[in-house]
Amino acid sequence: MAFKIIVCAKQVPDTNEIKIDPVTKTLKREGVPAILNHDDANALEEALRIKDKYPDTHITVITMGPPQAKDMLMECIAMGADEGVLSSDRALGGSDTWATSNALAATVRKVAEKNGGYDLIFAGRQAIDGDTAQVGPQMAEKLGLPQITYVKEFEIADDMKTITVKRALEDGYQILKIKTPCMLTAIKELNTPRYMSIGGIYEATQKEIPTYSAADLGVDPDKEVGLLASPTNVYRSFTPAPKGKGVMIEAETEKEQADKLLVGLKSKFVI
Amino acid sequence: MAIVVLKDKCKGCKLCVKACPFEAIDMDGKLAVINEKCTSCKQCVATCKFDAIEDTDAGKEEEVVDLTAYKHVWVYAEQRAGKLMNVALELIGEGRRLAREISDETKVYAVLVGDKVDQLASECFAYGADGVYLLENDLLKIYNTDGYTKVLTDSIRQYKPEIVIFGATYIGRDLAPRVAARLNTGLTADCTRLDVKVSSYIDYANKNTTLDTSDLDPNSTETGLKQTRPAFGGNLMATIICPRTRPQMSTVRPGVMTKIDRIEGATGEIINAPVELAASDIHVEIVDVVKSAKEIVSLSDAEIICSGGRGLGDPSGFDLIREFAAKVGGVVGSSRAAVDAGWIDHSHQVGQTGTTVKPKIYFACGISGAIQHLAGMQTSDIIVAINKDPDAPIFEVADFGIVGDLYKVIPEIIAEWDKAEELYSESLHHTA
Repeated sequence: MAFKIIVCAKQVPDTNEIKIDPVTKTLKREGVPAILNHDDANALEEALRIKDKYPDTHITVITMGPPQAKDMLMECIAMGADEGVLSSDRALGGSDTWATSNALAATVRKVAEKNGGYDLIFAGRQAIDGDTAQVGPQMAEKLGLPQITYVKEFEIADDMKTITVKRALEDGYQILKIKTPCMLTAIKELNTPRYMSIGGIYEATQKEIPTYSAADLGVDPDKEVGLLASPTNVYRSFTPAPKGKGVMIEAETEKEQADKLLVGLKSKFVI
Repeated sequence: MAIVVLKDKCKGCKLCVKACPFEAIDMDGKLAVINEKCTSCKQCVATCKFDAIEDTDAGKEEEVVDLTAYKHVWVYAEQRAGKLMNVALELIGEGRRLAREISDETKVYAVLVGDKVDQLASECFAYGADGVYLLENDLLKIYNTDGYTKVLTDSIRQYKPEIVIFGATYIGRDLAPRVAARLNTGLTADCTRLDVKVSSYIDYANKNTTLDTSDLDPNSTETGLKQTRPAFGGNLMATIICPRTRPQMSTVRPGVMTKIDRIEGATGEIINAPVELAASDIHVEIVDVVKSAKEIVSLSDAEIICSGGRGLGDPSGFDLIREFAAKVGGVVGSSRAAVDAGWIDHSHQVGQTGTTVKPKIYFACGISGAIQHLAGMQTSDIIVAINKDPDAPIFEVADFGIVGDLYKVIPEIIAEWDKAEELYSESLHHTA
């Protein structure tokens, strides 16, 4: 029986490209490219490497987001995933991580129902827009699955049941063993994601991407998903105040610049 | 387990047996029976065509929570191999501040989870804890998600703290979301500021942000936790509240909060919390824990940081940055762009997705100053920017800016460094 992997991905704005409108002090979202979240690309790549080695592997990429998130799912298919599934509904909007994990856990159950279960869920550690790293573990909790986060090396035994990973820590790593089914979250160090292939791009254009509504998922917008069900709310939001501009050091030569800098640092009692 | 099969509705179709990821459903003739392997994943509930399987816990946590039943501030005092993490002491100091702001009766407790960790209690008291909860078991010797989640969740349910804060370490960010999800309460990630009193929040916002606080009442007696964190790569700050559920939970970025001055000989209440844990609760096997042999970069403790960015042009540029750091007694940092380019290891990265730093001096060399980078270093005491582009945003936050070729400027700084004293007295002489 095929080994079934569900990869969780998110379409995110490229936060390196975000600028603040100097007048309104709000985010300028126009023209900011929407991309496949980096860590999620690492999760997908690892799933694809399993499929490279064991071609009988089936990869489903799931996401929650607006209808245009389909473009990202097509990118995942073009990289080699077998299918993409989108959970999209206004009722899911405004979900915090708790509510998002409810919606995604319901999406996993829906996919499992269709495909006859799953063996592994692979997600990125965190998305670059929210940077919470909470949705992976919270989904695992909702699905009753054991988890390993911050995975930087991955190996699966030929029995397709036992997974050994290196889990990153600030000051080293742990080597951990886990049985399927389980949830893993990937970090950048895990691998280098591949590019889309020409054949893959063609295939992506041929595939239907099913979209599930909150009703399809069987989740309750008052109690489980969306803004009202979320335990956390935004109290205030604002842009950080820029620090006051300092002194530009002007001089004829680099040596003079260096000297003036050192005098400046001395005068501030920092050296 | 809360998953039950309704005998009158079950048709014996075995769809659920096939669907179960954990082999937790057996057939007793024409009836499905849930066995002890069940993890309440609810796959069977979704699969059953006859509504014959129910989750009896569904809706249970929706009962209105009596918020006043929850009291005191808990700090997860993270220890590794019997040593407390620095962030634990920072958070005890912060937790103490919050507790005192809530009320005179509110206490801050350090929560120590592990095996034979009682000797760490005195350290927690010395840094301001009023009390210490000990959650000890030999299965908790090394951090594991399943064991730590279970015992911490059980204790939170029993003792009902109002606030629980964790260090946003690689372990805190594994544990806290799992605990919050099990308790069905809110969790805010990687906070850089916490407030309970509205007046404190207003003070903070007026001093440090562009937020218009005129609609906030400084005399308000409301003491819900206001959790401020960067979002969108530090382009935006958001303050998050958790108004309807308890406890209010946050992970807090290491290096941001301040320890109190050590109180020698301080002591307090120690509570041995009941711990119920079996080997079968733990699903991940720890094969080994390896301390990394790679170059130790302690960016968060560094007094001087010399950081390089894309403006170095190529990876060998870090040779100059290393030489610079060696001369000034600093640590090497980098921008995300340089890490993404593969020029230097991620452990050197300063910024929203790297380490937050606040050294005495931060040298930004060939770093343009993307907002995500600024988010991680702009509270440095003094920022020196060296960049050839006079319009680079880094100059907006720099105390000293030098427009020029870093390959020419840095060698001069290295050469002149030891003469700083001399140059300074000369300059005073000149002015006089």
